[in-house]
Amino acid sequence: MTSLTSLTISAARDGLKKKSFSARELTDAYLGAMEKARILNAYVVETPDQARAMAAASDARLAKGEGGSLEGIPLGIKDLFATKGVHTQAASHVLDGFKPTYESTVTSNLWRDGAVMLGKLNMDEFAMGSSNETSYYGNVINPWRRRNSNAALVPGGSSGGSASAVAAHICAGATATDTGGSIRQPAAFTGTVGIKPTYGRCSRWGVVAFASSLDQAGPIARDVRDAAILLKSMASVDPKDTTSVDHPVPDYEAVIGKPIKGLRVGIPREYRVDGTPAEIDALWDKGAKWLKEQGAEIVEISLPHTKYALPAYYIVAPAEASSNLARYDGVRYGLRVPGDDIVSMYENTRAAGFGREVQRRVMIGTYVLSAGYYDAYYVRAQKVRTLIKQDFDKAWDKVDVVLTPATPSPAFAPGEITDPVQMYLNDIFTVTVNMAGLPGISVPGGLSEQGLPMGLQLIGKPFDEGTLFQVGHAIEEAAGKFEAPKWW
Amino acid sequence: MNSELRIADKKDWLKGATGDWEVIIGMEVHAQVSSKAKLFSGASAEYGGEPNDHVSLVDAAMPGMLPVINEFCVEQAVKTGLGLKAQINPHSVFDRKNYFYPDLPQGYQISQYKQPVVGEGVVRVDVEDGHSIDVGIERLHLEQDAGKSLHDQHPNMSFVDLNRSGVALMEIVSRPDMRSADEAKAYVTKLRQIMRYLGTCDGNMEQGSLRADINVSVRRPGEPFGTRCEIKNVNSIRFMGQAIAYEARRQIGVLEDGGKIDQETRLFDAKKGETRSMRSKEEAHDYRYFPDPDLLPLELEADWIAHIKAALPELPDEKRDRFIKDYGLSAYDADVLIAERASAAYFETVAKGRDGKTAANWVINELFGRLNKEGKDIENTPVSADQLGAVIDLIQAGTISGKIAKDVFEIVWTEGGNPAEIVEKRGLRQVTDTGAIEKAVDDIIAGNPDKVEQVKAKPTMLGWFVGQVMKTTGGKANPQAVNQILRQKLGL
Repeated sequence: MTSLTSLTISAARDGLKKKSFSARELTDAYLGAMEKARILNAYVVETPDQARAMAAASDARLAKGEGGSLEGIPLGIKDLFATKGVHTQAASHVLDGFKPTYESTVTSNLWRDGAVMLGKLNMDEFAMGSSNETSYYGNVINPWRRRNSNAALVPGGSSGGSASAVAAHICAGATATDTGGSIRQPAAFTGTVGIKPTYGRCSRWGVVAFASSLDQAGPIARDVRDAAILLKSMASVDPKDTTSVDHPVPDYEAVIGKPIKGLRVGIPREYRVDGTPAEIDALWDKGAKWLKEQGAEIVEISLPHTKYALPAYYIVAPAEASSNLARYDGVRYGLRVPGDDIVSMYENTRAAGFGREVQRRVMIGTYVLSAGYYDAYYVRAQKVRTLIKQDFDKAWDKVDVVLTPATPSPAFAPGEITDPVQMYLNDIFTVTVNMAGLPGISVPGGLSEQGLPMGLQLIGKPFDEGTLFQVGHAIEEAAGKFEAPKWW
Repeated sequence: MNSELRIADKKDWLKGATGDWEVIIGMEVHAQVSSKAKLFSGASAEYGGEPNDHVSLVDAAMPGMLPVINEFCVEQAVKTGLGLKAQINPHSVFDRKNYFYPDLPQGYQISQYKQPVVGEGVVRVDVEDGHSIDVGIERLHLEQDAGKSLHDQHPNMSFVDLNRSGVALMEIVSRPDMRSADEAKAYVTKLRQIMRYLGTCDGNMEQGSLRADINVSVRRPGEPFGTRCEIKNVNSIRFMGQAIAYEARRQIGVLEDGGKIDQETRLFDAKKGETRSMRSKEEAHDYRYFPDPDLLPLELEADWIAHIKAALPELPDEKRDRFIKDYGLSAYDADVLIAERASAAYFETVAKGRDGKTAANWVINELFGRLNKEGKDIENTPVSADQLGAVIDLIQAGTISGKIAKDVFEIVWTEGGNPAEIVEKRGLRQVTDTGAIEKAVDDIIAGNPDKVEQVKAKPTMLGWFVGQVMKTTGGKANPQAVNQILRQKLGL
């Protein structure tokens, strides 16, 4: 039955409809694969009983000829999403034992459409990290290894568990979130497809907040079509999240395979960054060539404020985080480390409950919001943000979509990057998209010299995810799909 | 007007050992918005309930929860702003005010900092001694209330009740335009009155629906402002007066002893009647305000504001002016009648088609007097406006005398019923039959020849004869007719 886990969502969906296998069989195949892949540490908790019960319910619906768009499809859920009665801790010690009494809107949408939950996926603590090394539950291991090497590599972050699980076929697809690149960078590191939709496309209700004005949920999947199927289900306007947008959710799958002839693809010259490995730049050129060969028009464009995006991001995101994480104070839920008085209880709880990276960002955020620094940092960063948005607004007069590399390098080894600023540079190609609130997709473009996957990023106009799937599929067609050789 | 320029009336100057002083007062009033639900969650905003009965996932700041603005609370704030004749800002922003406290679950209060929903306005305040002042309103903004820490439930732990957490408050910030405790008290009374008229805050101070932070400083009359202290969270108008009086005296004492005032936050101890230091400016929190990224800016459409404005009830100032003009009332009577919207409405029902002054006298002297005595308010009056009106009609028609009318009022108060029927059934109708009165007069003259002699010498003795006639007629004789007949028969 191992072949069941190798099916994409679209293939599994067809198989289930034709009754080639049951949802229970499919789910059991994944539960078995998860057990064998525990060395990857992709899941923080497995929910086999729940999964089997959901699969049985799917089978009952399928037997009656009913069922939603994801009926019986087993998914992994990032630990950032509230799942009723199930471990929801943002991979942090401070949320020890927290099981919400509520279900996030995004996961509710998935269950409404018949999906099955396999468990909760590991991640960087509070989605802060680019290597999944900040999780309280330990590193996630990338299923990919360098050619002729047994050394472990990071899966990227913060959605490292999601990316690793999708790449290792221990879920059919996964939910993820992206604040500065947390979907696209791990997708690029694992040869998977990840899309961060337009800000407001998916509800943030029930998603543990990192930086509210940047956070967006999206899927990580094995191919572009699966990502389209998942996003269609996840996206919705939500009266409980007033930043979600009432914009129709199109049938994303319908655009897949549509010719890209005549589409204008922008190549932003500011993304040629000194120190980027030659193979990344070469991949970028190759991506442009593939699209041109399929009839697209390649247009060089300028996004002049790009270089300010990363520093501004590292003001805005920590500022919001420092406030969003204030609620983890030991008073109502999660970890409490007693103290002599209320202040020492706060200090003890937060010192023990938050890891070093989270503490660093809370301190940066507190600093940049402080009296006397607010105007110099936060206000200026918001101005930069406006300029970045304007860069893109101008670009849309000339192009329909923008092509860039997804990351400045392929996956690296745990412990290889210890300097936080060096780590933050992983987001260099992805943060602008969050700052501008735009959709961005990472699609595998090829393998590095050492045999590691590298991703190409497509950036679209607001709510134009459809074009990203269309062009992403064109890249996929040209580049082919990449699967990690199984060693676990 | 520049607030600094206004100098207090001389009678309000405070005598110090070294000369006169003026007290300068500005206020931040926190008024709970009358609303069924909280500002950003659907939980009940009702007062009371068991601890933590009215708490939603948002109020408890569970992970991943998001605030959603309650449109009705915004409408209430706009209504209040219009009642304060203030600028309504079509674009306003909610900010986070960050600090840690156990009764603040989010670790921040959602408030409005740089861009409040309501801007500058003005309130006319009539002070008891007869003078009026204009108090400038700097702004009104919406914010969340905090929960409550309970320190008396456990030997070494504090408990937290989040029922109030997230309840909508309007913070109304005045200019430093008040110059005496009486002015400050009159200002809060007026604000409360306006909001009760509008139905935007019930003004219930025992339940904490209205409380104030008071900024107090002193200066030599007409000099620049001195350093101020802020007295936090005073929750009764009487205490506000006491706190200001104490604080002004304290500051004068410090300055006259050659000291200087430290800008600080102080608490009012109602038991001791004094203020004491809570924290200095150096210890002040850095609240790290920034726009709440979970909430979009509040955009109000002009039509929506106009719609609210068109539906505003008549406000106290307009009503007072109208009562004086249309009913010929004194300013004092008008003030008494308009104090509450319900009492003004009661008066207008009574006065409809009747003499305004008579109606005002009856409402103020008889009805309010009686209500006060029994500790009842106008909503629970046993005598309806229609009943009181009927009593007045009986006097006007000459059916009963004013004196009997008071008896009828008393019967209606205790037993209820239709005043005209009461008069008929109990035979209280005034005797206007001159024959019957003449007979009574004749009997008394015949029976009291000595008194007849006396009254001729001293006409004021007539009162004794009137009394006797009323006595024999059971008070029902028309007093005017009695007087006339007596004078005629006694030859006065």
